[in-house]
Amino acid sequence: MIEFKDIHKSFGDKKVLNGVSAVFQAGQCNLIIGTSGSGKTVLMKCLVGLFEPDSGEISYSGVNFSEMTQEHRKELRQQIGMLFQGSALFDSMTVEQNIMFPLNMFTKDSYEQKLKRVNEVLDRVNMKDVNKKFPAELSGGMKKRVGIARAIVLNPKYLFCDEPNSGLDPQTSMLIDKLIQEITKEFNITTIVNTHDMNSVMETGDHIIYMYQGVKEWEGSNKEIIFSKNDRLNKFIFASEFLQDAKDMRMLEMKGKIDNHRNMDELLK
Amino acid sequence: MKIFTEFGRYLLMLKGMFSKPENMKMYWKEFMHQCSEIGIGSLGIVVIISVFMGAVSALQTAYQLVSPFIPKSTIAQIVRDTVILEFAPTLVCIVLAGVVGSKIASELGNMRVSEQIDALEIMGINTKTYLILPKIAASMLTIPMLVIIAGVLGMWGGRFAGVMSGILSKQTFDKGLLQFFKPYNVFFALVKAYTFAFIISSIPAYYGYYVKGGALEIGRSSTKSVVVSCVAILFADYILAQLLLAS
Ligand SMILES: Nc1ncnc2c1ncn2[C@@H]1O[C@H](COP(=O)(O)OP(=O)(O)OP(=O)(O)O)[C@@H](O)[C@H]1O
Ligand SMILES: [Mg+2]
Repeated sequence: MIEFKDIHKSFGDKKVLNGVSAVFQAGQCNLIIGTSGSGKTVLMKCLVGLFEPDSGEISYSGVNFSEMTQEHRKELRQQIGMLFQGSALFDSMTVEQNIMFPLNMFTKDSYEQKLKRVNEVLDRVNMKDVNKKFPAELSGGMKKRVGIARAIVLNPKYLFCDEPNSGLDPQTSMLIDKLIQEITKEFNITTIVNTHDMNSVMETGDHIIYMYQGVKEWEGSNKEIIFSKNDRLNKFIFASEFLQDAKDMRMLEMKGKIDNHRNMDELLK
Repeated sequence: MKIFTEFGRYLLMLKGMFSKPENMKMYWKEFMHQCSEIGIGSLGIVVIISVFMGAVSALQTAYQLVSPFIPKSTIAQIVRDTVILEFAPTLVCIVLAGVVGSKIASELGNMRVSEQIDALEIMGINTKTYLILPKIAASMLTIPMLVIIAGVLGMWGGRFAGVMSGILSKQTFDKGLLQFFKPYNVFFALVKAYTFAFIISSIPAYYGYYVKGGALEIGRSSTKSVVVSCVAILFADYILAQLLLAS
């Protein structure tokens, strides 16, 4: 569980976070959504301690982050997996070495055991035959997936993903969402995902916070989001007319006014 | 004022380097890797410049010593002393500031800008210890070795040029090399080599580690780190000469 209260952060004169609070429970996919530049990445980096917030409190499973000693922080970080928006793969290492790096650093396993684990996680992100490739030889989406593989290789207790599926095709994107959801439930991870992908929001959003210009404007689950009265949120999520229609359909369906048949054959009969 | 802030941050970076390694084996591997990058990687250029500077200093000394009263062996003596005192440690290190310094600064700068340093930090690794310490340690080990090699090759280059151009014979040169030899000069050269090795590695590491921005800033900080290290070398050179030679 990660809890944070009243986080403020500015860069120079620019206020990026203006008092954000929330509680992220374990075993849930916690989503941070919002337009580009609303401060999602900055919030995430404050939570993991890469940025020092100007004020506010952050605690991990009840322990205050700012009161932790350097050693304690290091221990905590070994339980954190993070995917960066730009993947942040080590470009002097192959894919295999990248993913094996945390294992080399923090485990005493034999090379065979480590290799087995690497291939296991690579398989989970649906990548094959890339072990010996360098990050420069991969596409953006492939880098993302290797980044996820590296983030989960040590079975973290806290998983942070900054836009895990931007730059992925819808199918791979779904696969990544499923994977994140699965491991979150399976290992009771506290998962935090930054996204503006509508599919992910609807599929995985157990708990969603909507950021607007550094403030939390809305909070709820994917079940609640379609009933939200917040105009800005509605415009942000259901941006296209197609999605507006889909939303209306879903609302009617939930109210029992229509019977939604997914099966086209039946509809066209 | 800014220079004091920067210097303070530089000292803090050096202090932050000393922490317990998470996994000794990985740190050792990184150290060895840096030794080969820095030491073996710049061996070629060191060999070339030291042979040539020795050769040139032999020819120029001969050109300036026109008096028939001065024995030819003096040429070798002068070549030996300039090579040991100044050319091998200072000139070689100035060149290494360009070769090694820009490499360290751009490598760390790239890692900073592409968030690789943050990624290491998140894994619970002390990035100052893991990334900077091995580079400085490897420089401190390999650069004095390179300076010794440069000294030997410089004298050999002087001998080769002197003999080839018929200025003096091998025997005269060798005799000159042993004339009035002061072992203290070698000690002085090594003190310089260690000092410069530290400058060459720590200043670029500072500029690279704290880079902000993108590719352009990486280039800029790497240039700046080379300029600052060169100035620092010359300054340290002067101070050391004052401390250890003037009496
Ligand atoms: N290191 C920094 N220095 C100064 N300003 C920054 C820094 N990082 C972010 N900002 C500013 O903070 C604001 C929020 O940035 P952030 O990266 O959090 O956006 P985001 O919500 O993640 O957007 P996106 O969806 O495009 O990734 C932006 O206006 C940006 O200019
Ligand atoms: Mg972002």
